This record gives sequence, C-alpha cells and structure tokens, in this order.
Amino acid sequence: MPDIIKTHGGRRPGAGRKPGNNMAQPTTVIRVPVNTVKTIKNFVSTLTREHVLQAHAGFSDLIQFVRAKRHIVFPLYTSKVAAGFPSPADDHVEQRLNPSDYLVENDTATFFVRVKGDSMIEAGIFDNDVLVIDRSRTQQTGDIVLAMLDGEFTVKILGQSKKGVNLIPANRNYSVIEIKKEQSLEIWGVVTGSMRKFK
Amino acid sequence: MNRSIALVDCNNFYVSCERVFNPKLKNKPVVVLSNNDGCAVARSEEVKALGVEMGEPWFQFKDLVKKYNIITCSSNYALYADMSDRVMNILSEFSSNQEIYSIDECFLDLTDFCKDGLTDYAQKIRGCIQQQTGLPVCIGIGTSKTLAKLANHIAKKNSLFQGICNFNAMTVQEQNKWLHKIKVGEIWGIGKQLAPKLRQIGIYNVSDLKHADPEILSLQFSVSLKRTVYELNNIACFELEETTTPKKQIIFSRSFSVLITDFKNLEQSVTLYVSRAAEKLRRQKSYTGSIHIYIRTSPFNKKESCYANSVTIPLPEQTDNTLILIRFASFGLRKIYRSGYKYQKAGVLLSKIVSGKEYQPDLFSKKRVQGKSDSLMIVLDQINTLMGKKMLTVAAEGITQPWKMRQSNRSPGYTTNWNDLIVVNRSI
Repeated sequence: MPDIIKTHGGRRPGAGRKPGNNMAQPTTVIRVPVNTVKTIKNFVSTLTREHVLQAHAGFSDLIQFVRAKRHIVFPLYTSKVAAGFPSPADDHVEQRLNPSDYLVENDTATFFVRVKGDSMIEAGIFDNDVLVIDRSRTQQTGDIVLAMLDGEFTVKILGQSKKGVNLIPANRNYSVIEIKKEQSLEIWGVVTGSMRKFK
Repeated sequence: MNRSIALVDCNNFYVSCERVFNPKLKNKPVVVLSNNDGCAVARSEEVKALGVEMGEPWFQFKDLVKKYNIITCSSNYALYADMSDRVMNILSEFSSNQEIYSIDECFLDLTDFCKDGLTDYAQKIRGCIQQQTGLPVCIGIGTSKTLAKLANHIAKKNSLFQGICNFNAMTVQEQNKWLHKIKVGEIWGIGKQLAPKLRQIGIYNVSDLKHADPEILSLQFSVSLKRTVYELNNIACFELEETTTPKKQIIFSRSFSVLITDFKNLEQSVTLYVSRAAEKLRRQKSYTGSIHIYIRTSPFNKKESCYANSVTIPLPEQTDNTLILIRFASFGLRKIYRSGYKYQKAGVLLSKIVSGKEYQPDLFSKKRVQGKSDSLMIVLDQINTLMGKKMLTVAAEGITQPWKMRQSNRSPGYTTNWNDLIVVNRSI
C-alpha cells in the first residue's frame, strides 16, 4: 500500500518525545549554527565512545574531561630516539671555513681601509681593494704599511736609506718619498692582507 | 694582604677615537657634542684649557668655537662602542678579574701579579692599548677601587707620571701628600650635594676624609660614606662586579632638532623612543612593569613660557612588547600634553624591570602563552638585526620625522660600515 501523506490527523513522523531518551531529567533544545552541528555531534560521540561521558552523565563530567584532556600530558620518552642510521660524519663536524679567520689574525687590533689609485699595483694592490691592517704587529723595513704622513693616510713599502726612513711605492711611475725632518710620519699599522671582489 | 686594583681610563675617549681615524684633528682643539649636537660630551686638552666645561651647551661656547677654530664633531656612538670593545678585549688578557665600569673605564684586579713590577706591568698594558687601538689611556693603582680612581685622577693631571700612578709603590707620606691636594668632591661616589656638607664640618680634601672617624660619618651621613673612608685607608669594601647585571632601568631621551608644538609630532617622537627602549629591553631578555613619559620645553629659553611634566604608568602586566608599551605611552602623553608650548625634549623611562626568569604572568590575565604580537616582536628584531637598524618600524613613529636628531658633523662608521672605510693613497 502506497504511503499517503496526510496533512491532518493521525501519526506524524518526527513528532513527539524523541525515542531513546533515557535522561533522568527534563531536556531542552539548543540552537547552534548549522555548520557546527557536525563538529558537536562528533565531539559528543567521541566522548561517549571513550566511556568518559555516558549519555546520562551531567555537565560537570564534561568539564572535568576537557580539563583532563588539556593538562595531563604524559611524555612517552624522555629523550628523542632517531630512527634512521646515525650520520657517520657526526663525529667529524667542523666549523665551515670563514674568510675572516684566513685574513684576520688579531681581531681586536685589525682595521680595514680602501685603496684609491695605482701607486701599489706592482705589489698586487689595486684601485678599490680593501686592505687588512694589523696594528698589533711591529713594522719592519720592507713591510707594506699604512702610514700617516703630514695628516694624510698612505699605503707604501717601508724603506730605509742613508738619509733615513722612506716610503716606497710599488709602481715605477711614482717616486720614492724621502721623509724630511720637518715632516711628521707615524706608522699606523702593518698591511697583512687584501680583499677584492670581481662581481 | 693588600689588594692591587687598577683603574684603566681612556683619555678624552670620544675625541681620541675621532683622532685615531682623522689625523687632521691631532693637536687641534676638538669637542664632541652630545646627541642632537646639544652639549659638549668630550673635550680635547686644548678645549679644556679654553675653559669649556663638561656638559656645557653648545650655544654657550659657540663664540669660543669661532675665535679659536674649535673643531666640533657630532657623536658617533657606533665607532665609540667598537673602540671600547677593543680596549676591553685587550684588557681582559691582562687580568682574569675585570669590571667594565663604563664605555671608557675598566677596573682590573692585579693583586696576583708581581708587586714590585706592577708599575711596569701597567706601563705594558698602556703601551699595548696605545699600539693596538691608537687610544691613550691612564692607569691608577691602589688597594681599593676608590684609591684606584684617585690614582687615575692624579695620573691624568700630572704628566710626570707618564700615565701611570701607583699608590701601592708609594710611601704613606708620599700618598698623603697627593691626597692632600685633591678636593673631597673628586672622590668616587661623593657628589655635588655631599661635598659642601663635608666642607662645613672641616673636610676639604681627600686626606681630611681619610683621617676622619668613619663611625661618626656613618651616623651623620650614610654607610656608603663610611665605606669610602675605609677604602681610603686601604680596606677594600667594593668588590669588582664582573658579570654585567641587566639594567634595572632603561632610559631613552633626546632633544628635538626643531621645537615641537603639535601632539602628532610629539606622539611620533615618544613612540620612537618607546620602540628603542623596548628593543634594549628585549635584547637583555627582560620585562618592564612600569613606563614613565616626560616632556619639557627648553630650560634655556627665557622668552617662551616653560612647561615640563611627566607621568608614570604602572603596567597591569609585565611586558617587553613594543605595541603594548606604545599604547600606554600614548595614553600617558595625552594626559600630560598641553597645547601652546614649544617642546624641546621628550623621554621614556622603563623601570621595575625583571629578567625573563623572574617574569610573573598576571593571575587574572587571559594570556598564558606567547601571543601573535609577541611573535611579531621576535620577527621585528630579527629583521632589524639582519637587514639593518630601523628597517622595520612601527608606523606611529612617523615616516619623515622632522624633529629628528641633528648630527651635522658625524664621522663615518670607519669600523662598522664597508662603505665608510678610510680611503688611502688618494693623493700620494
């Protein structure tokens, strides 16, 4: 017999007290946003499955459950266990090379200056090179030095002649600077290296 | 056993730093001005001889500047900090017991080094710093920090000592002769207020104080004055503080290059200062519990009406977060700002600072874990460390900042910026 949908009288599906309600107290309907219904149902069913919240259990149990879930975390291990094969290089790790270590011997006494001009090209010092100056070294004749001559900074080779100290350029087109008595010369530091970038 | 404590102090530190890299400043009168070119913060011997006082505002001695061709430099703190670091590094090799007292002063405990050769040892230290950094230093040695300070003072003022004054190598009579010459106000820890009070009871020079009764002074003044008397009598009371304790207060204040009248610009400047202070706070891994804001008009300008006010805001929760601090600062500034005045200076002071370990979250606060805003601060600091200071800032600091510091004569970052290196061989 085909179902006839009656609009008046008789039994209406979905009407009346819901079956399976074994709550010990009166119930109420709450309104929730449609898109959260699934989440809430999942949540409640998870609780029920884990026997923490019986269908008849009260609100306070729920709170306790949430608290317990949030705060008590037991670590399974006290230390991490890597599952892979240990790196055979582990014992051989060393610091990667650092150009500073190569160029700088005494960090606190090291300064940098930039070169302009071509007066030292035969010593491999070109325009725009950055020179490493170590002030902790004592200069010797033949050293490339940063000198302060009459208030000007200049990099030259420290020389010695019968007339006294002189500064020798490393370029045939330049002449040796003989230091006259009235001139003030101070050796600021010894040049120990140079740096150049091509790009 | 008597101690041997040395105080190493760089002579006219800022000026000396400038001279290392700029030979044209040698033997000329040079003065370094404070931030915003306001006051003299370092003077060469030549400038001291002309009578310019420490901290004297520029406009008060500008006539001398013209008359004697005094060279004025803006302060270049990046350079001074780097040079200071080098000096302290070198000193650490001469004694394992070191207290970095300020940017240019350092205590060293030399007790374990040969007593007889101590002056030579100090001379070696002095020579080493001179050679490696180019900076001149003076060293004072005594049995206590107070005496070391006084010995240093003597070494500085009397060239016959060649930079080293060792009290421990002097007889008591010799020592007293020197102490007799120094006014009581020069003693470490005796300030401008205490000195006149001591003079009233007949204590004029160091020797007078040394022979005074420490117990009576303790009752009349303070325990710390009693300690000073002990220190003068070869009983060390102040130990060297080796570990740098995190600062309990952070101050950031500047005067403006132009006077500010409107709230917007004033708020921008205060925001910037809060940002800088908060950066310092995070760098030392601390939290602040209180923020203090102050603003004032120029105290020197007698024609305009004067106004100065400040406000302290206790924070509901200790924080190191720039954004939170800015909110409170702005609230405080609104309370003290009065329109119609020409503001010349603003400042921010963070106090009630606790280290990360002592941080106490508020019992009633909802915040339990690191929030988004805190993560933002970490990223902000990382970016600014990596890509340069002030790369990323809070927009409320303003973009143009017309009030910003004036530093018209600042030297290049010789040791901190590749583009600022000294250029050599340009002419010869």
